[in-house]
Amino acid sequence: MNLLVCVKHVPDTETAVRINLDDKSIQTQDVNFILNPYDEYAVEAALLLKEANGGEVTAITMGPDAAKKTLRTTLAMGADKAIHIACEHTADSGATAKCLAKAIKENDYDLIFCGKQAMDIDNAQVPVMLAEILGLPNISAINKLEVADGKATAHREFEGGVEVVETSLPAVISCHKGLNDPRYASLKGIMMAKKKPIEDSGCSCSVPDIEVVKMEYPPQRSGGKIVGEGVAAVSELVRLLHEEAKVI
Amino acid sequence: MTDLYHIDSLFSEEELMVRDTTRELVENELMPGVRDWNREGRFPVEMAAQFGELGILGATLDAYGCAGVSYNAYGLMAQELERCDSGFRSFTSAQNGLVMYPIYHFGSEGQKEYWLPKLATGEAIGCFGLTEPDFGSNPGGMITTARQEGHEYVLNGVKRWITNGTIADIAVVWAKLDDKIQGFLVAKDTPGFSAPEIEGKWSLRVSVTSDLYFDECRIPEYNLLPEAVGLKAALMCLNQARHSIAWGVIGAAIACFEEALEYSKTRIQFDKPIGGFQLVQAKLAQIWTDITKAQLLCHRLGSLMDAGTAQPAAISMAKRNNVAMALNTARVCRDILGASGIVDDYHAIRHMNNLESVYTYEGTHDIHTLILGEKLTGIPAYK
Ligand SMILES: Cc1cc2nc3c(=O)[nH]c(=O)nc-3n(C[C@H](O)[C@H](O)[C@H](O)COP(=O)(O)OP(=O)(O)OC[C@H]3O[C@@H](n4cnc5c(N)ncnc54)[C@H](O)[C@@H]3O)c2cc1C
Repeated sequence: MNLLVCVKHVPDTETAVRINLDDKSIQTQDVNFILNPYDEYAVEAALLLKEANGGEVTAITMGPDAAKKTLRTTLAMGADKAIHIACEHTADSGATAKCLAKAIKENDYDLIFCGKQAMDIDNAQVPVMLAEILGLPNISAINKLEVADGKATAHREFEGGVEVVETSLPAVISCHKGLNDPRYASLKGIMMAKKKPIEDSGCSCSVPDIEVVKMEYPPQRSGGKIVGEGVAAVSELVRLLHEEAKVI
Repeated sequence: MTDLYHIDSLFSEEELMVRDTTRELVENELMPGVRDWNREGRFPVEMAAQFGELGILGATLDAYGCAGVSYNAYGLMAQELERCDSGFRSFTSAQNGLVMYPIYHFGSEGQKEYWLPKLATGEAIGCFGLTEPDFGSNPGGMITTARQEGHEYVLNGVKRWITNGTIADIAVVWAKLDDKIQGFLVAKDTPGFSAPEIEGKWSLRVSVTSDLYFDECRIPEYNLLPEAVGLKAALMCLNQARHSIAWGVIGAAIACFEEALEYSKTRIQFDKPIGGFQLVQAKLAQIWTDITKAQLLCHRLGSLMDAGTAQPAAISMAKRNNVAMALNTARVCRDILGASGIVDDYHAIRHMNNLESVYTYEGTHDIHTLILGEKLTGIPAYK
């Protein structure tokens, strides 16, 4: 099977985010970037399929030069080759999906895996847009997958239930927690990754449709409030949660 | 820890990937269990296979299924393991430097082909028996003997303080054959060989430490390690392990430092975080500096090891300096935590106790002082 995984280079989830002076972007200096955690499930899913059926796994990313590090992580996990779409400016989901689609169209993939969302922007739009542009079916946020006889059957979990869906191939599938247990990049994999090819693909990025106007920090948390003690405080607490905090 | 000196930029991308993948394994698989394993005094032997799968075992060897990473990558890996517990780094230092290294360098082709792939995956565990009850700092005086009888060697004697002894499938054992020190392989379950665990340790509790008893223990002739001749061969193995110790203890120090720094920012006394008092800041500033210096020493040592130009005294300098640094760091961090620092909800006390072992094993602090003294003056002061 010819399998593709779309991956993104994102700040480590433990990073303390700092906004640049332009108020529109975050500082990348001293920030540790990693393979987007949801993409790990996507990489693992592709590797498992390859191990079961043979074939090849390609990883693709669009991003700055530094994003090659994330491609090398996927190569170290076991992907066979990678495509880097060099793009130094910020792109919105639409521009990203169009750009990825252009590079993807040049090959025939049986399945295209993505993470459910990127942990930096959290839009969860690229997989759906990508499927739309490529004219392929899309299943999002799956946590179980079986592929046989040219069809994929996937489970999607929602509150209180599971939806089982089926699609013909090729398709775009986005992966959720629970789908598998992503492997660690082994030391041998890391050494072998050096020898695997990363193809440079030019950026065909369009002007983004969406402009980031402003970024700001969340309001400083103010100190807590002690409502009272024991059972006597419950009704006042409920009232405050309902009327002031408006959370219940 | 904030990398003020951009030390990360001294490493290649692969070296940092080795560090990061080890860190991920440590965070997910070891950190959640370490407190309980320490309380139980148990090495989670099921981890050996996971270490093998990641490629930690025999990492610097470039054959027999091993990855062949640089000494600096291996050092960063040791640092990450010991960030959790010195016991895990001890396990790998023994398996890698004291078992796989001698088999690879001193063993026959048959010994290598049989043992190295099994040791690399963690299917087999190894130990290294040099120290004896009456010969610690002076291993050359050992009284364990081997004699040849037909196509066998017969071993008699006792080894003590042997890491992994009880759980080992194979022991690299040093004994006197015709009065000359010689290395042998002894497989577990060989009649006349037993390896009971030493009870009552208050240090390195997640690592197994054992006695090895040899009572007319007969091993086949082909279990002699052909090139493992003389104390020098044993010391070559120790140099491997000492390099990983010099690196590893930095991880223990970082763990204590990060914990104490965080604590100092949130613990309020006299209406302000204790981190706001000059005395506490002085301690933190010193530790940060000490760790940074230790990292730079190690980076250089790893580069010399990769180039094959590291002198034994250079390895002694790093082991001596960094272990003392880490032990002091653990003690100061324990102090910053106040009473909280004496319970195992925090890491400091466990690291502090562990580092007492590390200060002693693989050449005590003072023995390394004497090695440096001899290098400087040309006069050995051991006796
Ligand atoms: C947890 C643990 C694991 C170990 N694992 C292994 C292992 O896997 N394999 C193995 O072979 N060994 C192992 N050892 C043994 C370790 O290497 C020895 O404990 C160490 O070499 C010191 O020997 P000793 O304990 O007999 O102390 P001694 O040699 O009796 O030293 C006691 C004190 O005397 C000092 N001293 C000794 N000689 C001199 C001198 N000439 N001048 C000044 N001071 C001196 C020492 O510095 C020390 O302070 C382990 C030890 C521990 C604690």
